[in-house]
Amino acid sequence: MSPKHRRIRALQAAFPFTIPILTGFVFLGIAYGYYMTAEGFHALYPIIISLSVYAGSMEFVTVGLLKEAFDPVRVLLLTLMINARHLFYGIAMLERYRAAGRKRFFLIYGMSDETFSVNCAASIPPDVDRGWFMLWVTVLDYCYWQFGTVAGAALGSVVKINTEGLSFVLTALFVVLFIEQWLKEKTHHSALLGLLGSLMCLVIFGSSQFIIPSMLVILAGLTLMKKPLEKAGDCP
Amino acid sequence: MIILGTVVTRFLPFFLISSKKPTPKYIQYLGVMLPAAAMGLLVIYSFKDVSILSGTHGLPELIATAAVVALHLWKRQMLLSIAGGTVLYMLLLQFVF
Repeated sequence: MSPKHRRIRALQAAFPFTIPILTGFVFLGIAYGYYMTAEGFHALYPIIISLSVYAGSMEFVTVGLLKEAFDPVRVLLLTLMINARHLFYGIAMLERYRAAGRKRFFLIYGMSDETFSVNCAASIPPDVDRGWFMLWVTVLDYCYWQFGTVAGAALGSVVKINTEGLSFVLTALFVVLFIEQWLKEKTHHSALLGLLGSLMCLVIFGSSQFIIPSMLVILAGLTLMKKPLEKAGDCP
Repeated sequence: MIILGTVVTRFLPFFLISSKKPTPKYIQYLGVMLPAAAMGLLVIYSFKDVSILSGTHGLPELIATAAVVALHLWKRQMLLSIAGGTVLYMLLLQFVF
């Protein structure tokens, strides 16, 4: 296969996986661009923030932060808290992204929740270049988000169509990819730990503070399970 | 600062663990085991603002999610499962609840 052919083949394989993200991101991007201009910011603000920050939930928080007095330490801590789950994605994708060579810089920079979940759980056909597949997913998702933000910021007040509930498309994506991951693996210790541990932390700590405790519970659980699992031969 | 924080969390693991030395055994183990747990965390994360005690008690979410799971186990067509679940959720939210 020629390099060009390989890239196109990878794009063809990657695009269907990103369609739900297209729907969700354009919708959320418009909501974000619209929200920010409605809060009185110039249309360039949401566009610049989306291009540089590219972290959905963090961008919504940014709106509040920009309106308060500037407090760099608090801003940095808050960002680290909200985005800490990316540390997990990094460790999970370490080997795979490293194999992608120079492409990895954008892969890492552009790794959103959605991009991570597809690159992590999708079954990539054997004849498709993995590096290019992951790069296309990352690039497409990035473009969808930018497109949505620009559209929302430019339109200001869009024609009112009833999109209530459309953001469920991303929840559905995560559920489907969780099932794909589940069907791929031999044992479900880790999946169950992630699901139940996080649920427990959500009940105990509430929606704004459960991510870090959940990560600690998952790390502790995996560490405790390492010895028994190795004995049972269920992991490398 | 927001950009800095975001970039730090994304690049840190790749930065700390040098590609020249072999990855430590423990990190390798985490690399294999973490994806499933992280996906679990992500599922819960996407339900974090659902309130069980008030409003619709999370019923639309529960029904739509059940539909996504059932559709996916039945046909295993990613787009069908997602579209089906989302449309059902929107109908539930706009017409039923």
